[in-house]
Amino acid sequence: MKARFLIPLGLFLALVVLLGVGLTLDPRDVPSVLIDKKASEFSLPDLFDPSKRVDSASMKGRVWLLNVWGTWCPECWREHEFLIYLAEQEKVPIVGIDWRDNDAEAKEFLREKGNPFIAVGVDPESNAIMDLGVYGAPETFLIDKQGVIRKKHKGAMTLQVWREEFKPLIDELEKG
Amino acid sequence: MKRLGWILALLIPLVVMARVEVYQFDDPAKEARYKRLIEELRCLVCQNQNLADSNAELAEDMRRITYEMISRGESDEQVITFMVQRYGEFVLYRPPFQTSTVMLWVGPFVILGAAVLVLLTIIRRRTKEQAASLTAEEHARARQLLDDQKT
Repeated sequence: MKARFLIPLGLFLALVVLLGVGLTLDPRDVPSVLIDKKASEFSLPDLFDPSKRVDSASMKGRVWLLNVWGTWCPECWREHEFLIYLAEQEKVPIVGIDWRDNDAEAKEFLREKGNPFIAVGVDPESNAIMDLGVYGAPETFLIDKQGVIRKKHKGAMTLQVWREEFKPLIDELEKG
Repeated sequence: MKRLGWILALLIPLVVMARVEVYQFDDPAKEARYKRLIEELRCLVCQNQNLADSNAELAEDMRRITYEMISRGESDEQVITFMVQRYGEFVLYRPPFQTSTVMLWVGPFVILGAAVLVLLTIIRRRTKEQAASLTAEEHARARQLLDDQKT
């Protein structure tokens, strides 16, 4: 009975723990519902030649990365150099979707900083990216030979994410 | 004069907010459904806003999709399924009642129930204590004091 005054303190501490855990979570990190589901097919106009199209179907049978970016997105600038490293050193095929961007600026950006993409499709009206559940840029998808999304990373691609999450999975998928 | 200036300054945000695209519907019922849907769907970019309130470009595109689906004659469920398939149930401002959301729906009522219980026991205990603490003499004195007041 004596310890009754401790009840509010206990409740308070419980609340502190609850809110403390809440602070460590990232509310922007909405788990994708599309992992291990077939990636929706897209066919977008090519950034460099609008008469051609960039089709996801043409990547069937390959393990590849799909990167959603835009010149308006600061994190995309930050990760660009690493994407070039991935394309040149690790020989990963990366298809880009240039999202809601200015075509001229996007071309200028790739000309100046290098182009890590084997093809870039433009998606000015979010049609393709919405089908992929994208809500921010950059986002990077790992898609397997059957066209199934195996992984998705939100935010800039880094060496650590690559080494820990993508590389082991890619090696495994390449074998299969 | 200065005051009028301030009032006008306060109205500026309303003017800015009004810059949302306008869609034409051939049927007022469809327009009503469109308005209800964009109120219920969450903008993934500014997560505490719904599609109706958000100025984010993605929200604009999601509104356009909603408009296109409705004017094509698709049902509310089809629009909602479309969004949920892509963005998960997070996109719904009103999450469905299921095992993972039980606490969300029931939690507040559990807490309310507990609070009412605590309140009731406290009130009951207080009245009991007070009733017991007055002796017959004290009652008589209290009555006398109250009667004095009346005169």
